[in-house]
Amino acid sequence: MLQKIYDWVDERLDITPMWRDIADHEVPEHVNPAHHFSAFVYCFGGLTFFVTVIQILSGMFLTMYYVPDIIHAYESVYFLQNEVTHGVIVRGMHHWGASLVIVMMFLHTLRVFFTGSYKKPRELNWVVGVLIFFVMLGLGFTGYLLPWDMKAYFATVVGLEIAEAAPVVGGFARVLLAGGEIIGAQTLTRFFAIHVFFLPGALLGLLGAHFYMIRKQGISGPL
Amino acid sequence: MSEKEHKVSRRQFLTYTLMGVGGFMVAGAISPMVRFALDPALQAGGETEFVSVATVDDLTDEPQRFDFQLEIEDAWYTSEQSRTAWIYKDGNDIVALSPVCTHLGCTVNWEGSEDHPNQFYCPCHFGRFEKSGQNVAQTPPTRPLDLYEIEVRDGVVYLGSIIQRRSV
Repeated sequence: MLQKIYDWVDERLDITPMWRDIADHEVPEHVNPAHHFSAFVYCFGGLTFFVTVIQILSGMFLTMYYVPDIIHAYESVYFLQNEVTHGVIVRGMHHWGASLVIVMMFLHTLRVFFTGSYKKPRELNWVVGVLIFFVMLGLGFTGYLLPWDMKAYFATVVGLEIAEAAPVVGGFARVLLAGGEIIGAQTLTRFFAIHVFFLPGALLGLLGAHFYMIRKQGISGPL
Repeated sequence: MSEKEHKVSRRQFLTYTLMGVGGFMVAGAISPMVRFALDPALQAGGETEFVSVATVDDLTDEPQRFDFQLEIEDAWYTSEQSRTAWIYKDGNDIVALSPVCTHLGCTVNWEGSEDHPNQFYCPCHFGRFEKSGQNVAQTPPTRPLDLYEIEVRDGVVYLGSIIQRRSV
C-alpha cells in the first residue's frame, strides 16, 4: 500500500533522486563507531540536532497552553504542568532539553576543535557554528523569563544589567531588550516573540547552512 | 547456510530493526505531546454547581426572565459569567428554559415578536418555540429549547446544568 502510494508519486514527480541525495552517502570508517568505538565523538553534532528537534516539538505543544502575559503567564505554566495530562513530561522535555542542547553543542564544539575540523576549507562552517551557539544562548536566555516566576524575573534583571554594562550602546540595548524602562509586560511579550519566532527562524536558517556545508565539503579526514 | 536460504535478507533485517527502533524512539518522544494536546478533548465535563436564581413566590404561569451569575473556571482563569433562564410554573412543576436557540445559538425572547404571542422568538432566523420549549415546525430550530436542572429548597429555585432534549 505505502509502496504503491510512493510509486504513484514517484512516477509523476521523480522524488527518488531527491531523498537519495540527502540520505544516501558514505559514512567514512573513521567516523563510524562500529569500526572504532571512540568515533562516537562524531555523534555529538547529530545529537545536538536531535535534541533541537525535541525542543522545537515540545515548544510547539507548550504554546497551546502558555500565555505571555504578566498576569497569567505563571498560572498558565502552573496549569499546563500540574493539571494537563503529561504536562510535566512535555514541559520537562523542554526544560531539561534546553540544558542538554548546550551540553551537546559544547561537546560537538570540542570534537570539532580537537580533530582540527575547523581548518581550511571549513572555516565558514565554524563561523556558522559559532552563530548557532549564540542563537542557542539567546533561546536559553529568552526562554528562561517565560515562566515569570522569581527565578525568571531576577535572572533577566541580571541579564539586562550585563547588557547595560556594554560600553556606549549599553543603555540602548537594555531598553531595546526590555521593551521599556522596567522589566514587565512588554519585556515578557518581547522575549516570547524572540523565543518562538525570531530566534527559531534564525536557527533554522543557520542549521540549513551548517548542514549544506557539511554535505558539500564532506566530513573532515581522520587524525 | 548460504545467503539465498535466508528468508529475510541482511538488508531487510537492518531496515526492519532500524525502522522499529527509530519508530519506538519517535513514538516515545511524540506520544506524551500528543496526549498533552488531546487533553481538553478527553476531559470529562465537570458537574455544574446549583445556583440560586429566584424564589418560588416570584414565579407565575408566564415565563419570566431571570439573570444569574455563574462562576466559570476556564483553566487558569476564573470569572463570573451571566446566564439567563426563562422560568414559569406549570401546575405544581417549575420549568426553566435556556434562552439559547437550538438552531445556531442566538438568544430567544418570550414574545419577542408581536406577531407570535405566547411563543419564544429568535430574531436571527425567525425560529420559534412553544411555551414548553417545543420548537415550532417549519421554523429553523430542529429540537426544543434546553432545560435547566432544577432544585427547590426552602422556597428558593436553584438551577444546575443544562439538559438537552431530543427532537420529538
